[in-house]
Amino acid sequence: MSAFSGREIRVFLAAAALALAAALPLADQGYYLSLAVNVAMYAVLCTAWALFSGPTHYISLATAAFFGLGAYTVGLGIDTVPFAALIAIAGLVSAIVAALVGLATLRLSGVYFVIFTLGLAELTRQVVTWLQTNFTTGVGLYVFTDLAERHIYWMLLALGAAVYLSGWLIARSRLGFAMRIIGNDETVAAHVGIDTAVSKVLLFMISGAFIGMVGAILAPRFAYIEPPAAFNPMISFQVVIMALLGGSQRLWGPLVGVIPFTILFDFVSGQFPNHTNLMIGAAFMLVVYFIPNGIVGVMERLRLRLGLRKTPSASGQEKAA
Amino acid sequence: MSVQPAISVTQARKAFGGLLAVNDVSFEVAPGELLGLIGPNGSGKTTMLNLISGALKPTSGSIALGGQTISGLPAHRIARAGIARTFQLVRILPSLSAEENVLAGAVFGHMRQWGGEARRAARDLLARVGLGGLGATPPSAMTYIDQKRLELARALAGNPRVLLLDEWLAGLNPSELKTGINLIAELRAEGRTIIMVEHVMDAIRSLCDRCVVMSSGALIAQGRVEDVLSDPEVVRAYLGGGDA
Ligand SMILES: Nc1ncnc2c1ncn2[C@@H]1O[C@H](COP(=O)(O)OP(=O)(O)OP(=O)(O)O)[C@@H](O)[C@H]1O
Ligand SMILES: [Mg+2]
Repeated sequence: MSAFSGREIRVFLAAAALALAAALPLADQGYYLSLAVNVAMYAVLCTAWALFSGPTHYISLATAAFFGLGAYTVGLGIDTVPFAALIAIAGLVSAIVAALVGLATLRLSGVYFVIFTLGLAELTRQVVTWLQTNFTTGVGLYVFTDLAERHIYWMLLALGAAVYLSGWLIARSRLGFAMRIIGNDETVAAHVGIDTAVSKVLLFMISGAFIGMVGAILAPRFAYIEPPAAFNPMISFQVVIMALLGGSQRLWGPLVGVIPFTILFDFVSGQFPNHTNLMIGAAFMLVVYFIPNGIVGVMERLRLRLGLRKTPSASGQEKAA
Repeated sequence: MSVQPAISVTQARKAFGGLLAVNDVSFEVAPGELLGLIGPNGSGKTTMLNLISGALKPTSGSIALGGQTISGLPAHRIARAGIARTFQLVRILPSLSAEENVLAGAVFGHMRQWGGEARRAARDLLARVGLGGLGATPPSAMTYIDQKRLELARALAGNPRVLLLDEWLAGLNPSELKTGINLIAELRAEGRTIIMVEHVMDAIRSLCDRCVVMSSGALIAQGRVEDVLSDPEVVRAYLGGGDA
């Protein structure tokens, strides 16, 4: 018997990777750190997005709405409330909005949900703009803090660890089990006693809360927060592309898509600044058309095929794993 | 004072557009009774079960479980109140193992369990329906009868007050049919209340205390099995096919 179980090794590897990532600002505080902040930001956004969209198969375009709400929470409170508390409030606000949206829309079929969430980001942006023009002096907000890029980076890493831990705990909870049953057959789920609507809303709230917290953490980086930047719908699309590119059926799947895409995107937007939207559009179609189950899905199919060739008899068991 | 019926259906009606799939049907099921629900194809049997399980809401009328009105409640509330079912076209959860399929009923059903206790219950039930030791098998690799057994185990896992079986014996070969009938007879012997939709008349004769006959959405007869099956109107409904 080996001294360590498979799980212990995996926990150790994850901790080591996290420690290594956390050491990055010691090596570079310029370009690479800034790129790493982008990677960390999308890693958390995509993993949080997939917490909900992976098991439910609902494509949410509400990321920009939660992200913007988080950023605005900080913008409004930074002069009076401690930053840590603002992050928590951002999570709470996003969770509440997610609950309202979820209760209103999750009974609808998938297509309506996509449209509604896209509209939500725009609606939230309009409401915020309207409130600001009518009740305050400007359209934007200044966020001055003494937080440096590396602090933002570390906070994102910590939030990322929290998202992974939550995903791991959910998978082992009744909620996670309910979601797997719903993903298989919603009618059966209801008939064994699962409140499918409440389960989905809960998951949407958890996912939305994390996304809102990312927006809060990123607010000091913007310095000046205004609606078009905070509620930028491109964020919603990029998150969908990267999460699907990696694969939304595994907790670590989105990360596999985030790293190459963020680096590629950074390169394209540096070299061809006018063609970023084109690239996002093309990537969107390619991913959905060619690898709907993501890189992780492709890898698992390959592994399955190789495994089958090695042991031709173990067909059924392999599929279950 | 008479015993409170386990299920009472009062003037239940379900309209699909202009079609009356269930037309003002009323009947009762006593606790511990095995009631057969029979009728020609398209007579509304599955729709009746759907009304009881909450898959569909009645257009009018009401259904009560042990005196509590359940019609109008969503399916998951009805399941928790104690009604479990199988489906005419077997519905397994393909990406879950056999044991997890049964666990689904144990974790969320009428009598809820979690953790090791629920897993033990699921394994016991698998053995009970004849799938002992197959807990790790993916249900998609199972034969049709085994999938039906699995579905029955899932329905039983929440220890329901009433069990609804929709043609659970259909599609089985003669020897499987015998096993299936024995299994239902055991459930009956342990005092479960069951409503069984069935086309296999041998099973109805050997298992049911009473039966209800539907034809074109309406209840046309109910009572002891021999009496009902020799009722001229029932004979006409079966022989005459769809004419009305
Ligand atoms: N969801 C639905 N929408 C429209 N019509 C329906 C629906 N479900 C059932 N029906 C119709 O209602 C009638 C009764 O159908 P039901 O499935 O209840 O019959 P059944 O007695 O179970 O038949 P079988 O023995 O073939 O299973 C049929 O005419 C059917 O076409
Ligand atoms: Mg039927």
